[in-house]
Amino acid sequence: MAMVTMGFAPTFLARTAATTGTRKKLLITVFQRGAVDGLNMVVPYGEADYYRSRPSIAIARPGTANGAIDLNGFFGLHPRMSAFKPLWDRGELAIVQASGSHDTTRSHFDAQDYMESATPGVKSTTDGWLNRYLSASANASTSANATVDKTADKQAASEAHDRAVAQGRNPLRAVALTSQMPRTLQGMAPALAIGKASDFIVPDMGARTSFEEIYQAAQDRTLNGTAGEAFAAMRTLASTTAAPYQPANGAVYPRSPFGNALQEIARLAKSDVGLEIAFAESTQWDHHVNQGAATGQMANRLSDFSHGIAALAQDLGERMADTIILTMSEFGRAVAENGSRGTDHGHGNAMFVIGGGVQGREVYGNWPGLKPDQRFEGRDLAVTTDFRDVFSEVVVKHLGATTATAARVFPGYAVRPAAFRGILKA
Amino acid sequence: MWTRSFAVLSLLAVIAGRPEARAPWPPPTTDEAITHALNRLTFGPRPGDVEHVKAMGLQNWIDLQLSPSRIDDAALMTKLGRLETLTLDSQTLQREYSGPAMLARRERKQNNPDSEPPNPAMSHLRGTGADAPNGVRPRREVSDAQRKDRQVIADIEEAKLLRAVYSERQLQEVLVDFWFNHFNVFAGKGATRNYLGEYEREAIRPYVLGNFREMLEATAKSPAMLFYLDNWQNVSADSPSPGGAQPRPLRGAQRRAPRGRAAAEPTSGKATRPKRGINENYARELMELHTLGADGGYTQADIVNVARALTGWTMRPREGSGSQFVTRLHDNKQKTVLGHTIEAGGGENDIERVLDILAAHPATARHIATKLVVRLVSDTPPATLVDRAAARFTATRGDLREVVRTVIRSSEFFAADAYRAKVKTPLDFVASALRATGAELRSALPLARELREMGMPLYFCQPPTGYDDTATTWVSAGALVSRMNFAVALGKNEIRGVIVNPRAGLDQEIGSPAFQRQ
Repeated sequence: MAMVTMGFAPTFLARTAATTGTRKKLLITVFQRGAVDGLNMVVPYGEADYYRSRPSIAIARPGTANGAIDLNGFFGLHPRMSAFKPLWDRGELAIVQASGSHDTTRSHFDAQDYMESATPGVKSTTDGWLNRYLSASANASTSANATVDKTADKQAASEAHDRAVAQGRNPLRAVALTSQMPRTLQGMAPALAIGKASDFIVPDMGARTSFEEIYQAAQDRTLNGTAGEAFAAMRTLASTTAAPYQPANGAVYPRSPFGNALQEIARLAKSDVGLEIAFAESTQWDHHVNQGAATGQMANRLSDFSHGIAALAQDLGERMADTIILTMSEFGRAVAENGSRGTDHGHGNAMFVIGGGVQGREVYGNWPGLKPDQRFEGRDLAVTTDFRDVFSEVVVKHLGATTATAARVFPGYAVRPAAFRGILKA
Repeated sequence: MWTRSFAVLSLLAVIAGRPEARAPWPPPTTDEAITHALNRLTFGPRPGDVEHVKAMGLQNWIDLQLSPSRIDDAALMTKLGRLETLTLDSQTLQREYSGPAMLARRERKQNNPDSEPPNPAMSHLRGTGADAPNGVRPRREVSDAQRKDRQVIADIEEAKLLRAVYSERQLQEVLVDFWFNHFNVFAGKGATRNYLGEYEREAIRPYVLGNFREMLEATAKSPAMLFYLDNWQNVSADSPSPGGAQPRPLRGAQRRAPRGRAAAEPTSGKATRPKRGINENYARELMELHTLGADGGYTQADIVNVARALTGWTMRPREGSGSQFVTRLHDNKQKTVLGHTIEAGGGENDIERVLDILAAHPATARHIATKLVVRLVSDTPPATLVDRAAARFTATRGDLREVVRTVIRSSEFFAADAYRAKVKTPLDFVASALRATGAELRSALPLARELREMGMPLYFCQPPTGYDDTATTWVSAGALVSRMNFAVALGKNEIRGVIVNPRAGLDQEIGSPAFQRQ
C-alpha cells in the first residue's frame, strides 16, 4: 500500500522566483538517532565489496526481486524508500554519501553531541549549532566578532538574550517537536520544545489570565519580557490549533510519532507563526542484531522515515520552494555485517537534503570505496565530507547568513563558501 | 555589636588599603537578609524558617550550616532508609539490578527482533526508542528484571529530591548539588548509572565542605568518571598488545563478539577500535572544567601530557568493577605539565603529581571561586569577592568550608542588589515550591518527570559542563509555561506523589515572577 501519493505541485519550482524573498526561509532538520546504516539506506550496489561484506543483509541490485531503487547506476535507495524516488526524479532531493564527523568516536552519546553542537571533539560546548544560528543571525548586524573565545561568546550571547527579552523576540522562530529540547537547539536564543503545538498552553483559563496580569505588572524586566513572548505565542498557537489539522495535497503521514511530529511542523509552517527552524527526530536505528534487508526491522524504520518526509514535502506543497529538509545521523555502521546479522558502529554515513533550492538528482561527496584498504580503520566507510560542510552551506545559501555569521555558528571550523559542495543552488 | 564590628572591620580595611574587603559580620538581622540567606543557602524557606533563624541568630544559623555534622538529620535518614538500592555498591547493582535486565533485553531482541521495547535506562534519551516501528508503542508487562533496573535511577532521583526538601543540612545539600554538577557524570551513558550512588556518596559528599584536592582525586579515580569521560580507555600508545589479564574494554574486535553483546552495551563501540593509544577526553575536561577553567592557560601539549600521565587508570564496566591501575597500560616516560616535569617511572603516582599541579594552580582557585560566587551570590560575580574567595582557596590549600565561609561572610553576599538577583533553576523551583507550601513528598518520580520536562533531568545532564547556573539558561517561554502549569497543578493538589493543602492563591504565588527568583 502506498502511504503517499506523489502528486504535489510539480510546478512549485517555477514559483520559486516569485516567492523567494517574500516569505521566510524554513529549515527542517531531522536527526536519525541511533546511527542509521547508511549503506543499506543509500545502497552502493555498484561495489562488489558491499555484497562480499554483507552476505545476509545486503540489498539486492536494482532489477532483481526486492532490489534497490536505482538512482544513478551505482547507488540505489532501499526498496522501502520508494516515496523518495519522485523527489529524486524531480531534482528536489540530493544525497551526501560518506559524510560525517572526522572525530573517531563510536559512542552514540558523544557523536550525537558532536553533531548537534557541531563542534566535533569538543565536549564542553554548551549550545547547539541551530541555537547559535538563531543568536548569530539576530545580531549579525551588531557584531562582526567571530571569535571562538568562550568568554566573549558567553558575553555576546548574554547581551543577545537581554536584547531579545527587551525586544520580545518570537519563541516560535525555532521549534523542536520533542518533549525535551534537543542539544541542537539548546542555548541562549529562545526556542521551544513541544510534543505537540497544542501542548504549549496554560490550560487553566483563570490561572492564565491572572498570571498574564502579574507578569505584565512585574518590574522584573527579564521575566516580564519572556512571559510576554510566552503569552503571545500561546495565543498564536491556540488559534492555529483550534481546528483539527487537515494535510494538503492529499498528503498522508505515517501514523507514528515521527509522522505526527512532521505533521505538527507542517501545521506550524503553514500558519505563518514565524517558524524558521524546526527539528524532529526519528529513532531506533541501532540495529546490531537481525537488522533485516529489504524487509525487517530497519526496512520498517526506513519506510516510516521516508514516507513521513515525503508526506511533509507534499503537504507543504509550494512552500517547499522556501524550505530545506536536512537529515543526519551521528555516524554510519561498519561495512561488514556482524555475527548477529546486524551492523556495529561505524563512521561515514549518508545525509539527505530536500527542497526547492536543492540541486538534486545527485549524490554528492567523494566516494572512498569499500575495499578493505579504502575503509576507515580497515572496517568503516570513510568520511570524505565534513558534516559541517553541508550544514554551513545550508546556513549560508539557504538561510542567507553571511560568512561572518556562519563563522559564529561553527566555531573552530573555517566556513569557506568556495569549498561548498554546490548542493544548493546559488 | 554591629556598630563595633563594623568599626573594627572598617579600621582593618583601611589598614589593608582595601575598603571593599569590609565584611558585614555579624550579618544584618533584617527579615529580608534572613530570607536572602535562606534562599541562597537552602532549597528555599519553609513556613516558620525566617522566625526560627531570627530566634537563633542568622550568624549562628550560618555557622551551624557550615558544620552539618552537628545538625540532626534523623528524619531524613528514615525517609532515605526505604530506598532499597541507595547504599548498594556498584558490583551488586550490576549483578542484581542492571545486569539481569540487560540480559533480558538481549534475549528478547534475539527471539523477537521486530519488537524493541525501550531500554528504561535511557528512555529519556535520544536514539533508544520511545517510538517503535510504525508507531505502535509496545505495551508489555514490566518484568521483575525491568522493575529492578529502573529502581536504581528511581532511588537516586528520589534521594536527591528528599534531601533537597527535607534535609536539615540544607547548605550541604546545596553544595552537593553544586559539586556533583561541577564534576558531572551522565546517567544515560552506559554503565555510569551503576556508579551514580557510589560516586555521589564517596567522591562528592564527603568533601563539599572539605578539601578540594581530595575531592578532585576522589572523582579522578572514581569508576563513574573513568567511564563517563573515557579514561578507562586511555592507554599508552606503545603499551603491550592485549594479553590474558587485559581489562575487557581493550580486548578483541567487535566482530568476534558473541551474538548480541554489542547491542547490549552500545556505548562500548569505542572500546573495539583496533587502534590504541591515549584518549584525551578526561585530560581536557579535567583542566577546562574541573580545575583551571577554559582560560586557564594550558596548551594542547599539556592536554596530551596529562592524558599520558593518566594512562592505565581503568575499570571494567560490565562487571561493575571498581577502578584499578594497570601498570603495563601506563605511559611511564617523562611528561611536562604546565611547565612542571613529571619524571619518568612515576607509574601510579603520576596522577597524584598532575592533580597536585592542577589543584595548586592560581587559575584553579579563581575558577572555583568564580563558580561558587555565581552559584551563591550573582550571575555577574563581583570581582572583589571572587578575588577574596580565590585568595582564601589558595591560602587554605583548597579548604572549601573556608572558601564558602568567605563568600557568605561578605558585604557582596548581603548587598541589596544581590537580593532576588538569581533565577531559580528547575530543581530550585520545584524543591522550594514544596518547602514553601509545606507539601509532603511521598514519591519523587512524578517530580523527576516534571524536572525532565523543565529541561533539568536529575543525573541526566549529558555534557561534562553540568547545568548552567545563570538566568539566561533557565528563563525561556517554554520554561515559564512549564512552571506556571506546575504551580496550577500543585495548587489543586494534582501533582502525583505530592500531598499539599490546597489554598486559594497558592498557584499564583508559586507561579509568580517573584517566586522564580531567589
